[in-house]
Amino acid sequence: MTAARTGEVYRVDWLPGTDVLHGTCHCGAEHTAEDPVAMWAWMLAHPDGHDPRGNGS
Amino acid sequence: MPHTTAFARNQWYVAAHAHEVGRELLGRTVLGEPLVLYRTEEDGTAVALHDRCVHRRYPLSEAPTRLDGDRIVCGYHGFTYDTTGTCVYVPGQKRVPRTARVASYPVAERDSLVWVWIGDPALADPDAVPRARHLDSPGWVTVRGMEPIDCDYGLLVDNLLDLSHETYLHGGYIGTPEVAETPITTEVDEDAGIVRVGRHMADAECPPFYARSTGLAGRISRRQDIEYHAPCLYLLHSRIAPAGADGDDSRAFRTEITYAITPSADGRVYDFWAVSRDWATDDAEVTEFLRANNHTVVMQDVDALNLLQRSLGAERAGYQELSINIDTGGLAARRILARLAEEGDKPVEPVS
Repeated sequence: MTAARTGEVYRVDWLPGTDVLHGTCHCGAEHTAEDPVAMWAWMLAHPDGHDPRGNGS
Repeated sequence: MPHTTAFARNQWYVAAHAHEVGRELLGRTVLGEPLVLYRTEEDGTAVALHDRCVHRRYPLSEAPTRLDGDRIVCGYHGFTYDTTGTCVYVPGQKRVPRTARVASYPVAERDSLVWVWIGDPALADPDAVPRARHLDSPGWVTVRGMEPIDCDYGLLVDNLLDLSHETYLHGGYIGTPEVAETPITTEVDEDAGIVRVGRHMADAECPPFYARSTGLAGRISRRQDIEYHAPCLYLLHSRIAPAGADGDDSRAFRTEITYAITPSADGRVYDFWAVSRDWATDDAEVTEFLRANNHTVVMQDVDALNLLQRSLGAERAGYQELSINIDTGGLAARRILARLAEEGDKPVEPVS
């Protein structure tokens, strides 16, 4: 009953036990922030500031 | 009006639960467009027409307008329309003016919901209607209802995408302390226009809504997995099990909570709700408990959102709000809705 994932997926995990959000762009770039507005601003700036090696934060 | 979320045209919207549409004329307003809905006599197909007679704009959903077979006869002067909206009779003369017709809307009936397409009819693809099969599947029992709310539909989206409010607004019903305390995971499937928000509680209090219906007395593991198919369909896949037995399907209770969020007009939204279960399906007492309890929960939201909209209406322009981690999913939904609204406003490119 769950729809299949079809395309570009952005993911934000709120790390348990912290106030930290960890974001993963569909390109593989990663980023951490403590504010969801800042997190989505970074995410949607793709590809600006998105380093697929995970150095985007 | 402050806090007005733009409408997304060229989308399917739920106009009614299937049981609401019959041989009585039903009036609903979707994205500001007044509709009249009914079923044909012959095969029960649902029909949606513009709810204003072309003559003097009398609402066709209002008495003494009536059905004559599958035709709708305006209660003011008798203008008569077929199921396509074509006027087939005007009083006192043989010639029916060529412009005498009302718009008809594409309709798709799926999973006991009546969906209408608001936008360019040529773009309507019934296969694009998001599915909620549990609403109409063997082995599932559903309780349901609809409440209009005098608020911007974005406020209802915000409400449903952030379930931490259950702890406070719905305490004693579906909320427990763990809901607000447990971190969430948010996913946005850009192409599909789906926002997913997951909250998995390993050791939580069992709220009365589930304790009294399932009989689970102790601590539970509780999963809430939201799947929001923007703009209209919201699915909450709920699963509870005794704490420590989360992986044991034989001891788990799955409940599907469905909402259809249909913008009616600026500052007004239809809140269609349903609770479906595949357990205790023949227990009428459980059915009635879930119906009454969820109706109470929905009315708590209705009262809060009516109040919130009135309060926002008194704000000065440019007021500020603050978002924190719990709002990650709601913010994602806002952005998807803004994109869909923008796409729906674009003129359709002519096909050469």
